Amino acid sequence: MLINYLPILIYMLIAVGLLGVIVLLSELLGKKTHTVQKDIPYECGMDPIGDARSRYTVRFYIIAMFFIVFDIEAIFLYPWGVVFKPLGWFGLVEMGVFIAILAVGLAYVWGKGALEWE
Amino acid sequence: MQIIFFILAGVALVTGGLVVFQRHPLRSALWLIVNFFAVAGIYLLAHAEFIAAIQVIVYAGAIMVLFLFVIMLLNLREPEAEAKFMHLGQKVGGIILAVFTVLLLIYGVMQVVLPPGKAAPPGLGNTESIARLLFTDYLLPFEVTSVLLLVAIVGAVVLAKSKLK
Amino acid sequence: MTAWITGCLILLLKLGIVLVGLLLLAAYLVLAERKLLARLQIRLGPNRAGPLGLMQPLADAVKLLTKEDLAPAKADRLIFLLAPAVVAATALLIFAVVPFGQDWVIGGRRIPLVVADLNVGLLYALALSSIGVYGVALGGWSSNSKYALLGGIRGAAQMISYELSLGLALVPVVMLAGSFSLVEIVAAQSRYPFLLVQPLSFLIFFVSAVAETKRIPFDLPEAENELVAGYHTEYSGMRFGLFFLGEYVTMVVMGSLVAVFFLGGWRGPWLPPLVWFFLKVLGVVFFMIWMRGTLPRLRYDQLMHLGWKLLVPLALLNIVVTGAVLLLLRA
Repeated sequence: MLINYLPILIYMLIAVGLLGVIVLLSELLGKKTHTVQKDIPYECGMDPIGDARSRYTVRFYIIAMFFIVFDIEAIFLYPWGVVFKPLGWFGLVEMGVFIAILAVGLAYVWGKGALEWE
Repeated sequence: MQIIFFILAGVALVTGGLVVFQRHPLRSALWLIVNFFAVAGIYLLAHAEFIAAIQVIVYAGAIMVLFLFVIMLLNLREPEAEAKFMHLGQKVGGIILAVFTVLLLIYGVMQVVLPPGKAAPPGLGNTESIARLLFTDYLLPFEVTSVLLLVAIVGAVVLAKSKLK
Repeated sequence: MTAWITGCLILLLKLGIVLVGLLLLAAYLVLAERKLLARLQIRLGPNRAGPLGLMQPLADAVKLLTKEDLAPAKADRLIFLLAPAVVAATALLIFAVVPFGQDWVIGGRRIPLVVADLNVGLLYALALSSIGVYGVALGGWSSNSKYALLGGIRGAAQMISYELSLGLALVPVVMLAGSFSLVEIVAAQSRYPFLLVQPLSFLIFFVSAVAETKRIPFDLPEAENELVAGYHTEYSGMRFGLFFLGEYVTMVVMGSLVAVFFLGGWRGPWLPPLVWFFLKVLGVVFFMIWMRGTLPRLRYDQLMHLGWKLLVPLALLNIVVTGAVLLLLRA
């Protein structure tokens, strides 16, 4: 069974090697002239104001948290999909309850306005 | 087989160390991702393909994204992280605590007697066997998990509520 | 022993052909897109390099390779270097589990036209696509530029949101096929492609796939009239080229995944399997280009609403309904 992963490993090595060669080639072929102005991050031609890495809205953070929760839910759904046929109605009701509880969660999030962007 | 295990275990240990010793929190997070891949590789060696896949999906693909967001959004930087650990007392206390924890861990590991290993049943990378157990014998824990996830959602909203308005 | 060596050589040859084929396809997809978009906008498109502009990808490659490779001051150089490679590599690696034709038998040796048929192939593809997020987020962060960081964060939030609906849309496919193996999913569609029984899943998957590739109408991470070029603002030369390549390889890969999960993979009458697979992938990709030529960009709130308020609930509902219908049909 693990022999199945050998082609992937080789494929991975070749792919990464190929990308490495491409980057290396551009490193060799491209010219390099550094000036202070050239190394300034682009800000529409102006000198950058302040630090680029400032704080951003908490909404992105909330989206990431919701993603974890629903991703874990999805993880439960995949194995269920595999044994869905043998389990029959019992399995469907079981998963129906699971999905329903999380749907309540989604409705709560929705109702609280955590999915709004303004 | 054993050589692969030792390589993966070595990678896991080294990257685990790097997570702790990096100065920049973002670098730590990235080494942790490499660490998760090594652990997933070890699961794969144990013929637990499903666990290996969800290790990458959930830990490397979801939880670490949240970590990354936090580091990026809070704009954590090297100097801040450095300044907090300058006291001598903190250093000494940290070392004592670390040594104690390691000793405790070694003691704990020595105490464990592992039952003789059983190979996973062939077939669907034991997804099927896990699924069968999960959705029959462990029905209640499975349903309770959904409640736990619900609590997590509510918690996330409550934590962020003041910011959302 | 000789059998083992020939096996290895065949494997290496196959892997090489797959990789080069993917890269070439991606390169020519760029040209095809430029040509098509031009036609949609009543222009001619690139037609100077070679006949019909067919040498354009080569010219682009030479240009990108010889351009100066810049990194802004105060950028995190190592991460800045790695980020585009992450995007390109994950896209290339997903293709490893995609079966692109029926097994070939040459001289009594069976050559499967898939790099590796994994039991957990579907999860492998999802896992890798969730790793692709890092390329965008880290590329944006490491540039030390405001536009890049905004684009990176936007891109990461968008990708994780649509990954959810992308994954959930595949649960009915798993239920129908009873397997994660892409080879078996194709085998399960021997009588009819899953598109016919799962049109809703197909739609959700396709929309999410386009969102994952960050193309119009979902190109907010690189929206040029507000974020310059988004997460790859500071990238130049071949590193920008890798981001670019990654996007087009992702298009090909998403096209192949749509073909495998919903269009019956390489199955089809009259034509050889390999040709069918190619045609299906091109069909899906053509549709993506057509969308780019037709639709305006979404606003960020609309983007998030589409993902979280429409696609995710719809996908969950679809799973339950599919389950009920399957059981009713069996009874």
